[in-house]
Amino acid sequence: MEIEKAAALSTAEIHHHEGELINSLIERSRQPFSDDIDWLERELRRNILVTSVDKVLNWGRRSSVWPVSFGLACCAIEMISTAVSRFDIARFGMELFRASPRQADLMIVSGTVTWKMAPIVRRVYDQMPEPKWVLAMGVCAIRGGPFTDSYSVVPGVNRILPVDVYVPGCPPRPEALLYGLMKLQEKIDKESIVVRG
Amino acid sequence: MTTAISGIELANQIKASFAEAVLEGDERAVILRSEYLTQVASFLKTTPGLEFDYLSHVTAVDYLDYFEVIYHITSLAHNHSAVIKVKTPDRDNPEVPSVASVWCGANLQEREVYDLMGVTFLEHPNLKRVLLWEGFPGHPLRKDFLTLEGKSPWQTIEPLEEGHHVL
Ligand code: SF4
Repeated sequence: MEIEKAAALSTAEIHHHEGELINSLIERSRQPFSDDIDWLERELRRNILVTSVDKVLNWGRRSSVWPVSFGLACCAIEMISTAVSRFDIARFGMELFRASPRQADLMIVSGTVTWKMAPIVRRVYDQMPEPKWVLAMGVCAIRGGPFTDSYSVVPGVNRILPVDVYVPGCPPRPEALLYGLMKLQEKIDKESIVVRG
Repeated sequence: MTTAISGIELANQIKASFAEAVLEGDERAVILRSEYLTQVASFLKTTPGLEFDYLSHVTAVDYLDYFEVIYHITSLAHNHSAVIKVKTPDRDNPEVPSVASVWCGANLQEREVYDLMGVTFLEHPNLKRVLLWEGFPGHPLRKDFLTLEGKSPWQTIEPLEEGHHVL
């Protein structure tokens, strides 16, 4: 639908729309999304009746977290090497980097997010079906990194979407990314169909 | 590597055809009057012996009172290069004629200078922003630009506490 609409527009109008979209996104992203840090205690709030259901469900979810193929900058190279045989992300059931966000559960934001790219990043996130998780990889995705004062870089991807795991480094080594993914699996393990975080 | 042509030598050659055009010429560059820029550019491109047929780079510098636009030009036939510069009349009215009619490669590079530095190129075929989006407030490479948080990028580096050193 949107594509048909765009096709009828002139180049100048498309650029104008793009500018409006980015400026409104900047306006809406003054504050970062707050981090969901109470998951460590979530165990205590569990309903005793559904624990076995949770267990099976979470086992299934955490053992096949499919990331969306999506790399933004230098960190993406490190993410790619995590996926190949030397580090072998397949050990965690994540070997399927999906080409479509509609089949993915995890978004690894690997690299610098610029404001020009931000609406697209947000759209990819919105297209992923629930339940979905986001991992911010590298200082650029966490807080803008070396470009944090820049005019064109989003100072932390948590301005535009909620983040589950942060993996610091510039770039983080594949081991660090794997550690972050293991933390994410721990987090998924503590989810419940009653309390969904 | 190309051989760099001294600005003094080039200034003399330009002066022979356009007596008024050169403001000054030193070792490194020739500074031109902006109203002669297009004529001198086609002169440099077509004169046998010079034939600067390739514009490698256009950039600009903010000197607070005025801007300076810098052109790095190269001749592929003679393997030599030179630098020519023009100054804008003042800061509020930064206008320079476009050389896109002489070197087609200037088209995108002048758009980039317009986008980031805010220099207007007169008679440019398509003077629009190229890297940033439409509606971006201001021109970010100017010295007086403020970031989205209202800070100046030139002053955000905080002084270190005593006893702390950057390696
Ligand atoms: S964190 Fe470092 S390696 Fe990663 S995208 Fe930013 S600059 Fe590149």
